[in-house]
Amino acid sequence: MSLFEVLTIIIPSTLLTAAPLIFTSLGGVFSERSGVVNIGLEGLMAVGAFTAAISTLGLERAGLGDASPWIAILIAAVAGGIFSLIHAVVSISFRADQTVSGVALNFLAAGLTIFLVKMIFDGKGQTPYISHNIDKISIPGLSKIPFIGPIFFQQVTYTSYLAILVSVFVWFIIFKTPFGLRLRSVGEHPAAADTLGINVSRMRYIGVALSGVFGGIGGAVYLVTITSNYSVTTIAGQGFLALAALVFGKWHPIGAMGASLFFGFAQALSITSQQIPYLDRLPSVIMLTAPYVLTLIVLTGFVGRAEAPKADGVPYIKGQR
Amino acid sequence: MSYAIEMRHIRKEFPGIVANDNITLQVEEGEIHALFGENGAGKSTLMNILFGLYQPDQGELYVHGKKAVINDPNDATRLGIGMVHQHFMLIDKFTVAENIILGREPKKHGLLDMAKAVKIVKELSEKYGLDVDPYQKVEDITVGMQQRVEILKTLYRGSDILIFDEPTAVLTPIEIKELIVIMKRLVSEGKSIILITHKLKEIFEACDRCTVIRRGKNIDTMSISETNPSDLASMMVGRKIHVQVNDAPYDPKEKVLEIEHLNVLDSRKVNVIKDLHLSVHGGEILGIAGVDGNGQTELIEAIAGLRKVKEGTIKLNGQDITNQKTRKIVEAGLGYIPEDRQKHGLVLDFTIGENMVLQTYYKKPYAESGVLKNKVITKKAEQLIQEFDIRTPSEKTLARSLSGGNQQKVIVAREVDRSPQLLIAAQPTRGLDIGAIEFIHGKLLDEKKKGKAVLLVSFELDEILHLSDRIAVIYEGNIIDIVNPKETDENELGLLMAGRKKGGAES
Ligand SMILES: Nc1ncnc2c1ncn2[C@@H]1O[C@H](COP(=O)(O)OP(=O)(O)OP(=O)(O)O)[C@@H](O)[C@H]1O
Ligand SMILES: [Mg+2]
Repeated sequence: MSLFEVLTIIIPSTLLTAAPLIFTSLGGVFSERSGVVNIGLEGLMAVGAFTAAISTLGLERAGLGDASPWIAILIAAVAGGIFSLIHAVVSISFRADQTVSGVALNFLAAGLTIFLVKMIFDGKGQTPYISHNIDKISIPGLSKIPFIGPIFFQQVTYTSYLAILVSVFVWFIIFKTPFGLRLRSVGEHPAAADTLGINVSRMRYIGVALSGVFGGIGGAVYLVTITSNYSVTTIAGQGFLALAALVFGKWHPIGAMGASLFFGFAQALSITSQQIPYLDRLPSVIMLTAPYVLTLIVLTGFVGRAEAPKADGVPYIKGQR
Repeated sequence: MSYAIEMRHIRKEFPGIVANDNITLQVEEGEIHALFGENGAGKSTLMNILFGLYQPDQGELYVHGKKAVINDPNDATRLGIGMVHQHFMLIDKFTVAENIILGREPKKHGLLDMAKAVKIVKELSEKYGLDVDPYQKVEDITVGMQQRVEILKTLYRGSDILIFDEPTAVLTPIEIKELIVIMKRLVSEGKSIILITHKLKEIFEACDRCTVIRRGKNIDTMSISETNPSDLASMMVGRKIHVQVNDAPYDPKEKVLEIEHLNVLDSRKVNVIKDLHLSVHGGEILGIAGVDGNGQTELIEAIAGLRKVKEGTIKLNGQDITNQKTRKIVEAGLGYIPEDRQKHGLVLDFTIGENMVLQTYYKKPYAESGVLKNKVITKKAEQLIQEFDIRTPSEKTLARSLSGGNQQKVIVAREVDRSPQLLIAAQPTRGLDIGAIEFIHGKLLDEKKKGKAVLLVSFELDEILHLSDRIAVIYEGNIIDIVNPKETDENELGLLMAGRKKGGAES
């Protein structure tokens, strides 16, 4: 098998698995840039995936066909946004420990979604499969470009490109708009922002809510492009990978996208290893754990805490010096 | 005529302490009004109330004669009140321009218009003579420039009543002169200023009237022309002040600190200490005089093990401590009062007691078999609080909630109490009131009498001339001369600090 052929297998798979991570880590960027640590990304993805599953099933039944998964993503975004408000209230208004609150969010999401699945589907542990996924396609025109086409534009989903475009958009919002400047200011030095009349709590609420919206989208995309049904094990670790991508990407939208692509690549390796010469001889345990091992190595080896927004994780108490 | 600001019968309590007790402050239009009082007297608290950061428990506010309710800084800004805080409110990772426009950003099509922001900043900076570089990040600029950024922030918001909370504590003498010129210019443009300072010289140079407060209560308000420095000083502390003088005979003992061929790089990798030699003996106070930025900071950081030495050796009590771990150096006999109290001196979220044993917590009597002896720590802290007159409800109070000057006293108390072989005192009296300064000076002189070595770094030439047995002048990373304080004066020192060797020759 030539390198070219290997690439045509691995790159599309990377793009596919990276998309949910990109969306979710962008959510993390919003939250942590505003100064709220969000360990709850995993739970937000679960809520997004669950919502996407039942919405798609419902929309299919209503006869919306191919539009169903797309609308479902939007519904999941709203659901994620609403669910994240729990984290916002607990950690911003009540100034509870943000890590604890985030962990609680994860447990709550897992419990709640499974409870609902059982309730809706007569005690079954998983939802039925959706029949309208967002399919892998070849992009007309572009996929015909020699060499590049088959690697980057065949066997792909629109959501991957969308994810990359959205990261650029988020970068723009965070670094080029007054909103972004204010969001970063409350994550760096909330007391200073406060003296300039910026409403610290409000900015942080918005940051967390956006992380919910993007986490919800991430989970939904994972569902409608990869798994097609929802169970407890659907999200298993994806949210934490997104969190890792956020840190590895140094809290920068483009960085987070790059890191997500890297983790997507690691996952793609393990998924496609059976088709790739040499790799197919390795025990599958190694390939399955590879993404996580790589994450560990990358996080311990390349990232310093110094890059985090200064007030990340610190509740703001007005009038305290 | 109405007052620019009138605060009537203000009361503010914090847990365990009444910070403001029925204080009335009246600031006339177009004056510079000094607010004078001991560390912890309640000055910052009163100003934070005026700026809307704290809510008073009782009392009323009037701005330009109209009753005002100030719930948050937004209200204050709307009323034309701007504040330069004691501990700067700047975002290190933002540029100067971003810091200034934050919250009121110039926009173009809904996007940040940074070009316009830079233009506005440049215009303002020219108009008021406040030199800043709009593009630089705040973490890379000097304290003096940070201060100018703070002033520009208020001017950008169109404030006509400006509060300066101890702006000069962190400035060099030249910067202070410049600041006074700037304040006078602002007043001549019709603005009113409230100035908090512990330095009498500045009050008499810059201010029109002065309000004195002590332990949260009003003492008096008077016109500067009707008082004099020594009256004002005793009014503030409520007793006569004894000026400490270095009258113990100069009897140097063996070398305690010995620095040879020292080369050190600064954060930008520029060689800021160049082949420096210096030694300090037991039983002497060696003062280092120099204009800010000539390597003082890097020198003491290198001695304390906080900055890497590129070349050369540093010996403490004959032991080579070059590039050693800080704990090793501390155990070899170093005490260190750092320049930046909040960054290097204290753990703000620890109690006073915990801060008092930061270097010794793991040793007897503070710990036994790896367990902290809280009773012993508490007792020690209470003793130091008493001895150094630290104004706090208890030793369990977090360092964060202390007034600026009292934070400084915690550090000084901790370092002096250990009576180290070598005590580095960098700006040891920064932000302290007159009474506290004399007290600390006394303590430093005691160390000398005990035969310890003291390395004093200060921008206050008075302080250097007053306390030192020898004065080393640092210029561009080198000690260019060592002079006897009895045979020199401010003028000669000033020239040396500008790089002119004795005899007028340019170095
Ligand atoms: N947020 C707070 N929480 C608890 N105590 C506080 C708080 N702010 C001030 N205090 C206490 O109120 C008292 C007055 O403090 P304040 O900062 O007003 O003093 P100051 O006059 O500005 O002193 P300095 O000259 O040292 O800056 C101090 O005892 C301080 O510990
Ligand atoms: Mg103060």
